[in-house]
Amino acid sequence: MPQVEFSNIVKRFGRVTVLEDLSLTVQDGEFLVLLGPSGCGKTTLLNMLAGLQDVTEGTITIGGRDVTDLDPKDRGLAMVFQSYALYPTKTVRGNLKFGLSAQKLDRAEIERRVTWAAGLLQIDQLLDRKPAQLSGGQRQRVAIGRALVKNVDVFLFDEPLSNLDAKLRTEMRLEIKRLHQELEKTIVFVTHDQVEAMTMAHRIAVMNGGVIQQIDTPDEIYERPANLFVARFIGSPAMNTLAARIETSGQAIAAIHGPSGVRMDLSDYAFRTPPKHGDTVVVGLRPEHFIVGETAEPTGAVFTLPVRYTEKTGSDVTMFLDNGEKDLISVRFDHKHHHVPITGEAPPVWFPKDRFDVFDAASERRI
Amino acid sequence: MSTQATTAATAAAGVRSKARKKKRISGSSITIMVFLTMCAAFVSVPLYVVIVTSFKTMDQIALGDVFALPTTWTIEPWITAWSEVCAGMTCEGVSHGFWTSMKILFPSLILSIGVSSVTGYALALWKIRWAGTFLFVLFLCAFVPFQIIMIPLVVLNSSIGLFGSIWAVAIVHSILAMPLLTLIFRNFYKDVPEEIVNAAIMDCGSFWRIFIEIILPMSANIMIVVLILMITTVWNDYLIGLTFGGVGTQPMTVILANTVITSFGAVKYNVDMAAALLTAIPPLVVYFALGKFFVQGITAGAIKG
Repeated sequence: MPQVEFSNIVKRFGRVTVLEDLSLTVQDGEFLVLLGPSGCGKTTLLNMLAGLQDVTEGTITIGGRDVTDLDPKDRGLAMVFQSYALYPTKTVRGNLKFGLSAQKLDRAEIERRVTWAAGLLQIDQLLDRKPAQLSGGQRQRVAIGRALVKNVDVFLFDEPLSNLDAKLRTEMRLEIKRLHQELEKTIVFVTHDQVEAMTMAHRIAVMNGGVIQQIDTPDEIYERPANLFVARFIGSPAMNTLAARIETSGQAIAAIHGPSGVRMDLSDYAFRTPPKHGDTVVVGLRPEHFIVGETAEPTGAVFTLPVRYTEKTGSDVTMFLDNGEKDLISVRFDHKHHHVPITGEAPPVWFPKDRFDVFDAASERRI
Repeated sequence: MSTQATTAATAAAGVRSKARKKKRISGSSITIMVFLTMCAAFVSVPLYVVIVTSFKTMDQIALGDVFALPTTWTIEPWITAWSEVCAGMTCEGVSHGFWTSMKILFPSLILSIGVSSVTGYALALWKIRWAGTFLFVLFLCAFVPFQIIMIPLVVLNSSIGLFGSIWAVAIVHSILAMPLLTLIFRNFYKDVPEEIVNAAIMDCGSFWRIFIEIILPMSANIMIVVLILMITTVWNDYLIGLTFGGVGTQPMTVILANTVITSFGAVKYNVDMAAALLTAIPPLVVYFALGKFFVQGITAGAIKG
């Protein structure tokens, strides 16, 4: 199975540079997710791999073969589009067959592949229907089927689930994961939905402004975000980020948040480059790591701030604390373990000592 | 309770006042009715006269009451018009012109729609160098009046030996229609979702296969619009047929005109009317048969999902 390699890719539209010197390797059989906000260049990157957009500079290889200037159909890829892009006048069978008859395969082989894909995706009964007679989920299955029958090694998905409703999206997510496990093909999957990325990917490449911010496993990206952008982009509700000043005294190192005066004990934090006394840093605290009420864990900080308002979402509660700045601190907890505070109340909220993320204030990188 | 009752009462009053308003015919609507009636009469009264006259005998026409119904209905004028009436020196009726028009119509349709749909498809969905400039030139061409380029076209036609043949008329029709048709097709294909085209390009890189298998089957609506447009233009044309058609290759409209101006003795109004109606029938048939699709085709572009 081939590995996909982007080397020093530059993409310009007229004078606007979308991607600047981007390099990325997708391993054999890997499920790589390109994740980022809209306009970050992830779809452009995918389209360039597919051959639908030209590369301004740089090369793309698939399995060692330079495909930079090849026609899309000769690259050995199959793509699933956001809007399904089924051929409206063809039946499901016709949709599946079109790419194969263009490859001049013999009829028995085409039949065999169509039957195989239809069985795999449970669309056997729909083969003689037109796309207009299918539901959203069925259309998406047909679109995936159209990619599967081509029997290629690399599959491209361009936000394929964003047109589905929440329930179907979860179903199709599992479905795609199952197909990947069964077929073991290389998949490049573009999305702006972090849940899709976290649940499906082997590795996630988080992109912003045409630059890959971090490429790592979902766990690593969640636990150790490389910079502030990744830290704020991954996780829901978003990570709280507090600007603070470093204070050192002997072995002890702490960050003091100015407006609230909260002291965050960073003695257990694994610094890459330890900051000096008086440096300004940004400390990240994930809302779900807070502990409301009593705890036996070693705590790194205690917040006793007034509650502005609370939001209940089923089992969880998110409360927003006023820390004297524009952005409130969000704290998520299970309301079975603690009663939901009312507005104005200031319950003590603890943050575990080993859960901090610290970033340099100027470079926004993790330190 | 009392508040509910009041709201119900006001609602009822609202309905009543609305209903009352509907019944009253205002001054402006009377004006509109009169205007529309005049418009309708403007077309339908002459049409009525043409139809009744074509069924009258010459004796009754001589009496001069144009609005009267035929005292004795006769289809004699229709038969004469179709197969016997003289146009200039030939006396074969307008039927000869009918067949010539058909022979002009089909090549013009195939040539103009064939070339312009492929050009429109290429301009809309493929990356073509200078496509913008080309479109602008087409746009300009669509507005050049035929009369301006008529004489150069005649010279051009005769120099390649086409002048006076059915093909001359058909080709001139096709070429003159192409700029407009290409623009129509190009605008229609521009609305084909980009992802469908991308999917097709990834499945099969062939320009022609994508056109024939994917794009053409999606074009039914616009094809009907263009068909109606072309059939009526080509069939109703007089000037191109007159200038480029030779003896025996002139379309029905030219034959009709010659029939009407050729007379031996008394003018046979009934035959003239019948001939005119015979000439008008084909576009009418097309409208009635395809009119429903025509409206669908026009609106399809507006709300296409």
